[in-house]
Amino acid sequence: MSVPIQPLAVSAYTVTSALGQGLESHLAALSSSHGGLRENDFSSAPLACWIGRVDGVEEAELPAAHASWECRNNRLAWLGLQQDRFLEQALDARLRYGAARVALVLGTSTASIGATEEGYRHLDADGRMPAELRRPLIHAPHSLAGFVAESLGLEGPCLTVSTACSSSAKVFATAERLIRLGLVDAAIVGGVDTLCDSVLFGFNALELVSPEPCRPFDQARRGISIGEAAGFALLERVEHAPHAPRLLGYGESSDAHHMSTPHPEGVGAELALRDALARAGLRAEQVDYINLHGTASLKNDEVEAALIARAFPATTRASSTKGFTGHTLGAAGILEAVFALLAIRNNMVPGNLGCTDPDEACGPQLALQSEQRSVNVALSNSFGFGGNNACLAFGRAPA
Amino acid sequence: MSALQVHVEGIGLWSPAWGDFAALKAQLQGLPVDAPSARPAAATLPANERRRAPESVLLAVEVAGQAVAMSGRAASELPCVFSSAYGDQLISDYMCATLASAPAELSPTRFHNSVHNAPAGYWTIATGCQALSSAISAGRATFGAGLLEAATLSLAEQRAVLLVCSDIAGTGPVGEMSATGSSFGFALVLSPTVSSGTLASLAIELEPHADHPLRPAPATGEWYETNPIAASAWPLMQNLAAGQGHCTLAAAETLALRVVLETLA
Repeated sequence: MSVPIQPLAVSAYTVTSALGQGLESHLAALSSSHGGLRENDFSSAPLACWIGRVDGVEEAELPAAHASWECRNNRLAWLGLQQDRFLEQALDARLRYGAARVALVLGTSTASIGATEEGYRHLDADGRMPAELRRPLIHAPHSLAGFVAESLGLEGPCLTVSTACSSSAKVFATAERLIRLGLVDAAIVGGVDTLCDSVLFGFNALELVSPEPCRPFDQARRGISIGEAAGFALLERVEHAPHAPRLLGYGESSDAHHMSTPHPEGVGAELALRDALARAGLRAEQVDYINLHGTASLKNDEVEAALIARAFPATTRASSTKGFTGHTLGAAGILEAVFALLAIRNNMVPGNLGCTDPDEACGPQLALQSEQRSVNVALSNSFGFGGNNACLAFGRAPA
Repeated sequence: MSALQVHVEGIGLWSPAWGDFAALKAQLQGLPVDAPSARPAAATLPANERRRAPESVLLAVEVAGQAVAMSGRAASELPCVFSSAYGDQLISDYMCATLASAPAELSPTRFHNSVHNAPAGYWTIATGCQALSSAISAGRATFGAGLLEAATLSLAEQRAVLLVCSDIAGTGPVGEMSATGSSFGFALVLSPTVSSGTLASLAIELEPHADHPLRPAPATGEWYETNPIAASAWPLMQNLAAGQGHCTLAAAETLALRVVLETLA
């Protein structure tokens, strides 16, 4: 079993999703139960479903100096970096610690594959990538982290984590290890995934896409709604930001079961949960809120609901926020980590939008409506294809 | 800064020219070597999975299986890091072509095999490994970043770790972008402690602001230049075969790793 870690300060964080740009628009939407899903107006061919699309991405042009990284995914990254003064705080960390002493670890499942798809729709007369998209860097998984590293001028370890829907949760674990070993003093973590045909038609082919706005944990749920998001967090040692909320622990595991369905007893999910609690030095009853993976797929929600029901007391509150944002895939880890941090900051449990009749596997923990209550410790679950699981634990700074 | 010390207990290798590490060593000693079969055997996978698995998975599982077998450790106990610059480029080409012509006909199996962590998924399922598995990427620094991630994981958790770095040859317009003309995979089992199974020890130091030494040299036509993993790993592979030596490789755009390799007498 894992041993406790030294908590790290989350000294800055931000998120942009279908709910808006920056923390305040997210808090307002969560508090008032206003979701951000809309009928699909994105895919290159019609597909009847609902999506969590971010407004304003198309207008978020990259600075001329970084024009070689132009693509919709990097525009969303750039838009996201500018919210909540995150860009300034990231540059300040670079100044304080030095460019080589700040790691960059970003999660994404599809990076800028949308630009590759676009290229294939407009191949030139020789069947090659059209001239304006003949930019090798954007046709690779590292496109996002490469762009962000260049735009922030970072020269430390720089890594893309791409483990499907757990990607931008696992970035916290990699960053903690780099800081613990003294290889860096701070880390910028996060993730960005944008809507693209690959995921819309891919999940559709797997018959996992709901024709209506997704309804996590509802008995009548019909599948997922896909969304997009960008989120970032700055991690450093607590003495440098003693009042900031903290990363208390994390857990990572593999199901060893199936490529696209979760372990029926939630073995891997529970291993990740126990690992996170052990590293955080927490007992289950000390957890006030859990942001669930809760995709609204039949299998995930059934398995996850049973895990929460058996592992936590009724005093622990739990909800999926995917009814608000859609499933933002590789960005879900950071988006929902930020929701856990907002829950702590505002003593607010987000409601489980879209659920009216909970699956019978659900325990009394499920919060259907948002609740004002003390939240000092919050977890976030993220599970991905390939049976890849992560659980994050955050806590309020001691008074 | 003190160096990260990790110890190599197993080595896996596959290229069109060499089917394992022994073949590379033999060739470097001037001995004749037979090329492996065109498709990596990936014997760790059950037969039905082996038939269904995409080429990127076969390559990664092949070298992972070799390295773990050499280490004598149980695969189920090893946290694993799978690093690849481009993932499965054949599936990327198929998906982008299909999405451009008939999106509703996209294959669900090829879609779930398209995730960057497909090799990690197949591997952990085949070996019953419930430890953490990761799938990472870092452009032309993909091998060095993988080595840094695996060494960091091994030392922070004080556990042996499996590192698998692989890229298959590309095809179509996306293959032209990656300029990956050959398949190559390389795997290491790294341990935080010396044991009777230690083959070689690595002292890894970070060298920041290493702009010039990391700039790609002009192409010379060598085989390893056609694969991003091979291009990075070739100096370390030679040192492993020789049992000593040092090399510098990219872990990020301007971050170098200096890797000193020693073999205990």
